[in-house]
Amino acid sequence: MLNNTAYRFFSPEVAASRTRKSDVIPLLQKVQVENGFVPVEAIHEISDITGAAESDIYSVVTFYKQFRLKAPGKYLIKVCDGTACHVNDSMLLLDVIREELKVDECNDTTDDGLFTVETVACLGCCSIGPVLFLNEDVHGKLTAQSVRKLLKEYRRKAQG
Amino acid sequence: MINITVGMATCGVSAGADKILGKLKGLAGSVPQVSVSATGCIGMCYREPLVEVSDGNAVFLYGDVTEERAERIFSSHVADNKPVDEWVIVKDHASGEEFNYLKKQVKIVLRNCGVIDPDSLDEYIDRDGYKAIKKILAGLTPEQVIEMMLASGLRGRGGGGFPTGLKWKFAGQSKGPKKYVICNADEGDPGAFMDRSVLEGDPHSVIEGMMICGYAIGASEGYIYCRAEYPMAVRRLRRSISILEQKGMLGDNIFGSNFSFRLIVKEGAGAFVCGEETALMSSIEGKRGTPKVRPPYPAVKGLFGKPTNINNVETFAGVPWIILNGPEKYAAYGTEKSKGTKVFAIAGKARKAGLVEVPMGITINEIVNDICGGIKGGKKFKGVQMGGPSGGCIPAALADTRIDYEEITKLGAIMGSGGMIVVDEDTCMVELARFFLAFTQNESCGKCTACRVGTLRMLEILERIVAGKGNEEDIPKLEELAQYIGKASSCGLGVTAPNPVLTTLRYFRDEYMAHIRDHVCPAHSCAALVKFVIDPDACTGCTLCARGCPAKAISGEVKRPHIVDEARCVKCGKCFTVCNFKAIRKD
Repeated sequence: MLNNTAYRFFSPEVAASRTRKSDVIPLLQKVQVENGFVPVEAIHEISDITGAAESDIYSVVTFYKQFRLKAPGKYLIKVCDGTACHVNDSMLLLDVIREELKVDECNDTTDDGLFTVETVACLGCCSIGPVLFLNEDVHGKLTAQSVRKLLKEYRRKAQG
Repeated sequence: MINITVGMATCGVSAGADKILGKLKGLAGSVPQVSVSATGCIGMCYREPLVEVSDGNAVFLYGDVTEERAERIFSSHVADNKPVDEWVIVKDHASGEEFNYLKKQVKIVLRNCGVIDPDSLDEYIDRDGYKAIKKILAGLTPEQVIEMMLASGLRGRGGGGFPTGLKWKFAGQSKGPKKYVICNADEGDPGAFMDRSVLEGDPHSVIEGMMICGYAIGASEGYIYCRAEYPMAVRRLRRSISILEQKGMLGDNIFGSNFSFRLIVKEGAGAFVCGEETALMSSIEGKRGTPKVRPPYPAVKGLFGKPTNINNVETFAGVPWIILNGPEKYAAYGTEKSKGTKVFAIAGKARKAGLVEVPMGITINEIVNDICGGIKGGKKFKGVQMGGPSGGCIPAALADTRIDYEEITKLGAIMGSGGMIVVDEDTCMVELARFFLAFTQNESCGKCTACRVGTLRMLEILERIVAGKGNEEDIPKLEELAQYIGKASSCGLGVTAPNPVLTTLRYFRDEYMAHIRDHVCPAHSCAALVKFVIDPDACTGCTLCARGCPAKAISGEVKRPHIVDEARCVKCGKCFTVCNFKAIRKD
């Protein structure tokens, strides 16, 4: 047993049939919710639990956008770039956020580990676009000005 | 008894409905005969947060409610029986400033959305919930149920438009001890949110529809594959299922019959291609979501190799209504080949953006102008984009087209799942086509070369055109590539990926030509092709833009209007985003 990252979710149901490959994604999701990302150890453990090859699990992790192999910042910002947000200038918003936080597509997390910025296809709140999710909170009808204010607010919150 | 309900779907919550619900609950805490509850999406997303007060005499819908307004609504209307008329947007579902939004709508799928508390099984049952499945279990054969579905003319609302009854018939004819029902709730089209609203506002109608399907095709297990981006929908589904299990309404021998049915919710993991049925099944099986070649179709060999019937959320949500009210009543709505109603998610530049359910056969103009009040800010209506990245753009000149699977397909677009993005004169159609292609390119699973590489080549050409670096050979090249990709891709994602480009080329070719020949973006949208100009009347000389300009292209004295030096401007648009006075214009 390694770091016990995925074993904790080893339900009796899973234990009963150790070869249920269909549990790979739900287990990865639980690990990600708990840690904010999928640590490498979890891949070993899930392979052990489900019988799926580690290479297959890694290919699943990299196929789906939801999974991260690196730890995100304290606040995960998902900027919606669905059609409705896009025609309402969501990319401008993304530029503003990235510039304010000094991050880009590859280095998506701020140096202080406070913010991670991602884009997402559609959050389904199209009528109040442009929107973003900050962790679980939805913020809609954003402008360059209001998003700057929002970031300041959260930065202040984090500093206590 | 006074009932207060607050719209608490995702759009309501993001507008602050949770605070208002808390406030009203606090106020009502000590008052007898007043109940405060949450409901799903009322549909008028543009007036969120919404609060409905039913005072025994009439029903009042209040829009744009704030915490202060909630307080006054409570003290005046609830406590003192004096409705705050100036904030009422619809009265008794029959009058008020927003009544036009409702007038042409027919609510079948959305019958309970925004009416009941989605977490309350009792409220669903009060509105004829689980009556349809009871009726079936009490005396209809699976064949009779399938006959009813065929007679209703219901076609798959996920976008394909395949007759639902026929799909059920095929799955029913497949032999085998184990079959599955799947609800495709992986609503991935950017700009579509009707499935989210149904799942958040009325999860039981989807569950009941799946039970009916399970009975009709002989399946005892069902999966709901829901997008991970919809956490509230997942929570509500899981809660509803566990309540049903506790009450014995899901599980073995439902309502004392021989019919047993179980439901499992699977969360997607963020892959658009998983909306394709074979990819979705691979994902449930725990694999990468790559589509498989059909046939065999899922009805023969689907999930875990067993016969499977798969429909989308909206399709299932309408099923109980059809069984209870009769297929004839459903088929009375619509056109010859497209029956019933369709839910559309209206977004983009429409004045009233939200969720509407309309009878098939209504025109696009009626939806955009009569229901949604035309375009925001008095701008010119340019067209609608239907069917998401697989769909196409329909220009305003053709907006008298009726909503009908075949009619829409004739125009080069598709009905799709119901996203309708309204665009105005400020939206560049070339850029919109680029946006959709970038989306499909990014979401291509990579299995077929034509889709993986072909869409990338098309995207490169479009990126060149919006940057003002296109040439005239680009257009025939785009058309040629589109043909290859359509022919040589195995799944719907690749086959339809070129549609947004093809339809914009068909209806807005002059915009492409303006970008290529004249280096002009007619919508003044593509940054590389516009001039940033400072309006001297609006500029206060705050110097914010000048300090932020990376090219030092903006100059001027403090408290005096500034100017942009066009020769130095790198068109990054930074000044546009920092200006607090809307003084920067794109020309």
